[in-house]
Amino acid sequence: MTTTMQGQVALVTGASRGIGKAIAEQLVAQGVKVVGTATSDKGAAAISDYLGADGEGMQLNVTDADSVAKVLSSIDEKYGQLDILVNNAGITKDNLLMRLKDDDWDAVLDTNLKSVYRICKAVMRGMMKRRHGRIINISSVVGTTGNPGQTNYCAAKAGLVGFTKALAQEIAARGITVNCVSPGFIDTDMTKSLTDDQKQAIFANIPAARLGNPEEVAAAVVFLASPGAAYITGETIHVNGGLAMV
Amino acid sequence: MSTIEERVKKIIIEQLGVKEEEVKHEASFENDLGADSLDTVELVMALEEEFETEIPDEEAEKIKTVQAAIDYVTNHAND
Repeated sequence: MTTTMQGQVALVTGASRGIGKAIAEQLVAQGVKVVGTATSDKGAAAISDYLGADGEGMQLNVTDADSVAKVLSSIDEKYGQLDILVNNAGITKDNLLMRLKDDDWDAVLDTNLKSVYRICKAVMRGMMKRRHGRIINISSVVGTTGNPGQTNYCAAKAGLVGFTKALAQEIAARGITVNCVSPGFIDTDMTKSLTDDQKQAIFANIPAARLGNPEEVAAAVVFLASPGAAYITGETIHVNGGLAMV
Repeated sequence: MSTIEERVKKIIIEQLGVKEEEVKHEASFENDLGADSLDTVELVMALEEEFETEIPDEEAEKIKTVQAAIDYVTNHAND
């Protein structure tokens, strides 16, 4: 068994900022070539800037199968076969169910859940042939606990856990692991949009009494991608300061 | 140049790790050759690569025996 990730190739979706950026940076620190994606060309350029010679940013719409195919073939051409897939891209469109629009439900489910189906399916053939692959899906604590105003987001994030377990069973014998990392409240742009009242209510329930850092989530992702985690599959690692113990 | 039949059988032997004499025409991948559903998916992938063709899912599902694989490739060899 190799003990290093040196020279491996990773795709991290939603890597322009926050958790995705921290994941990309920590994978690079392990010697991994990283392609990070963003929805806009500007975001992709920002990723290229911080990755430097260790990878690049690419524009990707995770809800578009053609866009997924295009990015995957670019990666294959430029960097070779994909070893690590981190499905991190996600959006929120919060509202109480009674006020939730169909479009907001569909957008969140498509971007956060169906995208993972789409991308995993597209990388499956290559990983199966090589008998090697690491897939890490970024879920969320609210997929486990629920959260008012986020029926769509909670459904998508809980869906990822089930998806992960099913796929893990399908392909474990081919040397491919599929796991989730489930962050709690992490200091990112996504949680900055919470009101102070919301934050105070959340802090009261976090034994660690603080927000987490993106780097603390990325560390769990890097572990699951590492050779040492080869026997862990279908698992969810919770990174939430004790907010929910499952 | 090997015949289609020989090439198909060679792939089956490699993919499923079975012996040549087990690969009879009527042999079913799952019932006789010990393949699981994922093995048959991989077998179809290997056939696609060997014969440089794309086998649609609805056709792939019908390829359950050695003969069915040979027939499919034979019928689509000139596409």
